[in-house]
Amino acid sequence: MGEQLGLSEETVIETLSQMQSAGIIRRLGVIVRHHELGYRANAMLVWDVPDDQVDTLGQQLSAEQKVTLCYQRPRIKPRWPYNLFSMIHGKSRDEVMAYVDDLVDKLALKDTPYEVLFSLQRFKQCGAKYIVQENAHQQAVLR
Amino acid sequence: MSSLEQRLLNNYQRNFPLVPEPYEQLASELGSDSQTVRDLLAELLMRGKVSRVGPVFKPRMLGSSTLAAMSVPQEMLTEVATLVNGYPEVNHNYEREHRLNLWFVAVAADQEKLEQVLSDIESRSGYEVMSLPLLKEYHIDLGFRMDAGDKQRLPAVRNRIIPTAALIRLCTVH
Repeated sequence: MGEQLGLSEETVIETLSQMQSAGIIRRLGVIVRHHELGYRANAMLVWDVPDDQVDTLGQQLSAEQKVTLCYQRPRIKPRWPYNLFSMIHGKSRDEVMAYVDDLVDKLALKDTPYEVLFSLQRFKQCGAKYIVQENAHQQAVLR
Repeated sequence: MSSLEQRLLNNYQRNFPLVPEPYEQLASELGSDSQTVRDLLAELLMRGKVSRVGPVFKPRMLGSSTLAAMSVPQEMLTEVATLVNGYPEVNHNYEREHRLNLWFVAVAADQEKLEQVLSDIESRSGYEVMSLPLLKEYHIDLGFRMDAGDKQRLPAVRNRIIPTAALIRLCTVH
């Protein structure tokens, strides 16, 4: 990698290490593919939560064992009323649906509108390719 | 799944050793040798269980990104998905069970370029693209545990202010 970038091994390691401690790199390591590991039921669970409660529910959902991602996103009314997104991976559809029912009970969400969007075909999955501005780079990150 | 495979996958989704010979270190921590670890990783890559060894970036830290959704008639879905896949800015693209049936993540160097990609997809496909950019993240992505064990949590890293315009060229090990 250093050779490709024209940088020394030491600089590459130090840069990655700094990006990691600064939080730019969230984690560095082996990136697995859920589907190939037998987690075939991948569901996006979306909720329509009152704006003043979205942070609370977002934090509650994040603390749940099987919730792997949890984001607030904008509503686009009337087509899209949901403002809280969470991702669940399970080995089967039944397992995921039973888990969603448990979540609704546990977090008292029976009056909160939600939908479960299972994934069907995967057309593409790869790491983000960050397209770079040639000039402004290194220094700011390395500083 | 062998014990070595399970430990390799569970223990090194984060905190991959940043040292000159990382596989030597992995091997010594796993009680194996580096050739065995490299061979196993190569096999996992080949079988698709592992997509790469590399970084996951904090969302919104580098460039502009969004989750986009489209409602495409079933008979047009593969064609439109292929068109969407053709953009290097698109990194995930799934069919989901919903009226909005095509969902993809796009990342571009800046907001203007991102909007250009989305409107380009819209005009070339003839279907509307709904953009749902991230407003707030509640979950700290620590990777994915394969067994029934507890999800390990670490205290959140406090964000420091980094000039987001300054993007660094990164090579991802495929």
